[in-house]
Amino acid sequence: MYAQTVQSTGRKVKSLEEMSDQERAFQARIDAGEKIEPKDWMPDGYRKTLVRQISQHAHSEVVGQLPEGNWITRAPTLERKAILLAKVQDEAGHGLYLYSAAETLGVSRADLIDDLLAGRAKYSSIFNYPTLNWADMGAVGWLVDGAAIINQVALQRTSYGPYSRAMVRICKEESFHARQGFDIMMKMVAGTAAQKAMAQDALNRLWWPALMMFGPPDKDSVHSAQSMAWKIKVMTNDEGRQKFVDQTIPQIEYLGLDVPDKAARKNPKTGHYSFVDPDWDEFFAVLKGYGPCNADRMLARNKAHDDGAWFREGLLAYAEKQTIAAE
Amino acid sequence: MTKDWPLWEVFIRGQYGLSHRHVGSLHAPDAEMAMLNARDVYTRRNEGMSIWVVPSADISASAPSRKGPMFDPSNDKTYRHPTFFDIPDEVGSM
Ligand SMILES: [Fe+2]
Ligand SMILES: [Fe+2]
Repeated sequence: MYAQTVQSTGRKVKSLEEMSDQERAFQARIDAGEKIEPKDWMPDGYRKTLVRQISQHAHSEVVGQLPEGNWITRAPTLERKAILLAKVQDEAGHGLYLYSAAETLGVSRADLIDDLLAGRAKYSSIFNYPTLNWADMGAVGWLVDGAAIINQVALQRTSYGPYSRAMVRICKEESFHARQGFDIMMKMVAGTAAQKAMAQDALNRLWWPALMMFGPPDKDSVHSAQSMAWKIKVMTNDEGRQKFVDQTIPQIEYLGLDVPDKAARKNPKTGHYSFVDPDWDEFFAVLKGYGPCNADRMLARNKAHDDGAWFREGLLAYAEKQTIAAE
Repeated sequence: MTKDWPLWEVFIRGQYGLSHRHVGSLHAPDAEMAMLNARDVYTRRNEGMSIWVVPSADISASAPSRKGPMFDPSNDKTYRHPTFFDIPDEVGSM
């Protein structure tokens, strides 16, 4: 999802017999649904996996501002501009909540940000796709935030307290994101034939990357089992993807648009839609840095960071001067 | 290499009559910036009408490993709860 390739310990899940007393007591707390808090004892692998997952999630929120930030200055009306600005500002806040949660595990935010800027960190593949026109603002809010919500609603039940609380805050803000996107789509499909075609085009381009957001198929996600046992992850990739398809296809039909997956059919017995998988080779290529916008995103993040350096330094110098004056 | 600014804990009073509640944390060079950032990050939707920011380093916390000695003594004193006492119905509400 926002953390699609979290490497866990790489080892298979320990059985209760193989665990030390401390590990067994820890697992018992997780199984009982207790939240783990920063100063509690935790296995090293639990801490490491969480740092990777939460920091990837945080980076995704921050880089995720770029595809939409791209359209703030060119929103069609002042109202749409204010809405988009508020939405992108929320994403900055989401990044902050998540960096804060990661920091409670003993890492420094500066180090995490350095990792991102140096290209050592991962973030969601979805943000390496371009936003070509205004209809993409509709499709991103509706599909990308819609997919994120499915994942984040589940993550409210994650076992690590600070991560879970960050998810609760984020989920309160997300439905505004999805709804403003869908609202743009409704406007576009009610417009001219050319505007409706733009909406269809945006949907066609973002459908497959949106499916990729949930990560590789369960059969190929080697790192999931331990994360599920620790309740760092609470829903499998395939479960999330199915949920997304089931919820989105009726919305596509409501808009009067064509489902990009021509073979998608509802199974009358299960109520679930069948669907074609996205191109997983493309997915792994994007994660490795070969997506259409990876280089642009990194360039933009680094430029923003460098351009803000004088301001951060100024604030620090002022704060130091005040402290000296007070002494 | 970037260096982190000091960490601040943010407390917000949601409405008159309620206590300030911990909502999260942020980095800032001084109290004034911590306050402004807390406003922007934690009160974008009418969540608050008063903010406290406190340097995280100034908070003393109880250790989880001391949970037993800290809190057990209150566990076995069930008589501190009103439900400990059976008052006959005839007496009426008490
Ligand atoms: Fe977000
Ligand atoms: Fe969002």
